Amino acid sequence: MESLFEATVAESDGGPLVVMSGTVNRAAKEALEAAYDEATKMEGRVLLDFRGVDYINSTGIAVIVGILAMARAEDRVVAAFGLTDHYREVFNITRLADFMTIYDDETAAVAAG
Amino acid sequence: MVQVMKRRRTQKEQSDSIAAQMPESKTRLIEAIPIPSGDPLETLLLSSGGPVGLKDLELESEALGSIRAAGVELIVPLIGQGELLGALYLGPRLSDQPYSTDDRRLLGSLASQVAPAMKVAQLVREQQAEAKERERIQQELQVAALIQQTLLPKELPAIPGWHVDAFYRPARAVGGDFYDFIALDDGRLGVIIGDVTDKGVPAALVMATCRSMLRAAAQRHTSPAAVLADVNDALVPEIPPAMFVTCLYAIIDTEAGELVFANAGHNLPYVRKADGVIELRATGMPLGLMPAMPYDEKRYSMASGEEMVLTSDGITEAHDPNGEMYGFSRLMNRVARKPSNGDMVSAVVRDLEDFTGADVEQEDDITLVVVTRTSSAQDSAQTFEDIGRVLDTFTVASEEGNERIAIDRVTAVIVPLGLNSSRLERLKTAVGETVMNAMEHGNDNRPELDVGVEVSATEESISVRVTDQGGGRPIPDTMTPDLEAKLAGEQTPRGWGLFLIEQMVDDVRSTREGGAHTIELIMNREGAT
Repeated sequence: MESLFEATVAESDGGPLVVMSGTVNRAAKEALEAAYDEATKMEGRVLLDFRGVDYINSTGIAVIVGILAMARAEDRVVAAFGLTDHYREVFNITRLADFMTIYDDETAAVAAG
Repeated sequence: MVQVMKRRRTQKEQSDSIAAQMPESKTRLIEAIPIPSGDPLETLLLSSGGPVGLKDLELESEALGSIRAAGVELIVPLIGQGELLGALYLGPRLSDQPYSTDDRRLLGSLASQVAPAMKVAQLVREQQAEAKERERIQQELQVAALIQQTLLPKELPAIPGWHVDAFYRPARAVGGDFYDFIALDDGRLGVIIGDVTDKGVPAALVMATCRSMLRAAAQRHTSPAAVLADVNDALVPEIPPAMFVTCLYAIIDTEAGELVFANAGHNLPYVRKADGVIELRATGMPLGLMPAMPYDEKRYSMASGEEMVLTSDGITEAHDPNGEMYGFSRLMNRVARKPSNGDMVSAVVRDLEDFTGADVEQEDDITLVVVTRTSSAQDSAQTFEDIGRVLDTFTVASEEGNERIAIDRVTAVIVPLGLNSSRLERLKTAVGETVMNAMEHGNDNRPELDVGVEVSATEESISVRVTDQGGGRPIPDTMTPDLEAKLAGEQTPRGWGLFLIEQMVDDVRSTREGGAHTIELIMNREGAT
């Protein structure tokens, strides 16, 4: 039922790209933090790609909050794209969207970089 | 000799007579001889226009023979408004001369003045008699109402997990409706509704007798059928002819929700279930008709949220101004629709009044008893009043990730209801978070403890109830997470679950029963996305 979380890092014109897939919950913490650390070895904004994410729960939100806290501590800008309408709403309700620009798609996210 | 014979008479009036003021020795009182209605003599007198001499009169009349035999020579009819009110019977003149034309004119004139006075007197007497009769009936009705209201329950049973309501409104001519609640051993409750044929004091007395018999028999027998059979046998020799009693007796095991019932010819009870209304059918003859009658005994298990409605025929047999009867199907339709405020008694009474018209005099007593099994055994005020049709019930073990199982099952039953995708996604998130909380806070993440999920729907909303096994920590109050503090590392990044739940659905209700928590998520089926 639960799809495993995976995160890989890639370069893009808009900055380092963290491509996620599977479920974002507490179990995703280690992999996501490792990917973020990897991404921050590169310059520029960190782009979180949620296109492959099928489920985010409150423990997953806590993991993302942790990433945003790390980014804030090192003045790193984080942006995101590929969220479904529902999770965009969740990010708005939780105010995560106040601390991370959310783009409609990769093109818009890269172009903004 | 003069006799006034009145057409309308009582026995006493028949003996009334007026004797002319003449020497005692020359007067003789003629017995009042009635003229039967339709007798040819009546027709003759009505058409005569004045006194009628009998000497040469030839008529096929039995009355005429009797009157002649009594020595009457002249009849002076007393006519008012075309009606023969009475007549003066006159014997021979004291002078033995025949009655002259002047005599007849005088008597005719007298009669024309007496007749209206007699008519007035008759009307006054009739009105006095009617007033007395009305007063007697009124007093009788007051006595009947007093008997009935004295014997009806003063208080409704207060049973955890149940809500009992009742309504009784007598007709002006008080009928014989009654209801009763009997506290039995082991937390069982006896519920009775009955109706005595006839009205007024006789019905009230039979009702009082029957009620006492039912109460006594209910203590002797645990079977409703045995109670009704017992009361029937006791009532048969006591009840007046042509009277009988319809009665339904149900015993409710208030712990298990089991209902055992028998019916002596009374209106069938309805039960409003999640998916419609059913009749609780059991057959049996009314009480008091014939001895040694058998009574069916049936069982029904009432689920949480189900409502049993008992009525008297004063409801179903009420008429609208066009003479149409309220009827069973109308009642059934009303019972099927759960009132928004949960008050079924008022809803039925209002529906009935809308049908009959509020100012119309009530034809018969109206009695209504509603017994609802609520979901909480502790406080009926905290029950889930809006439970509707149950779509799915299942459990998941308290293992991380199992909230996805719950989400998928809930989604599977909700998708066919047509909830728009935005609200569906919100509900899915709320369900996931609620199940996670139940696993973690309620069941301490112990895999051997299950989380229960029940999905139900009404026309207006979808409800998902999530119940833990208790024993865990109390559910904390919802607080809006302070994101700045979390980002600054001053607070844990966690603590989003309850906040999200409340943001995602239209209402969240929480109850606690025996240590177990139940969270109910309500999502309206229509509304803003």
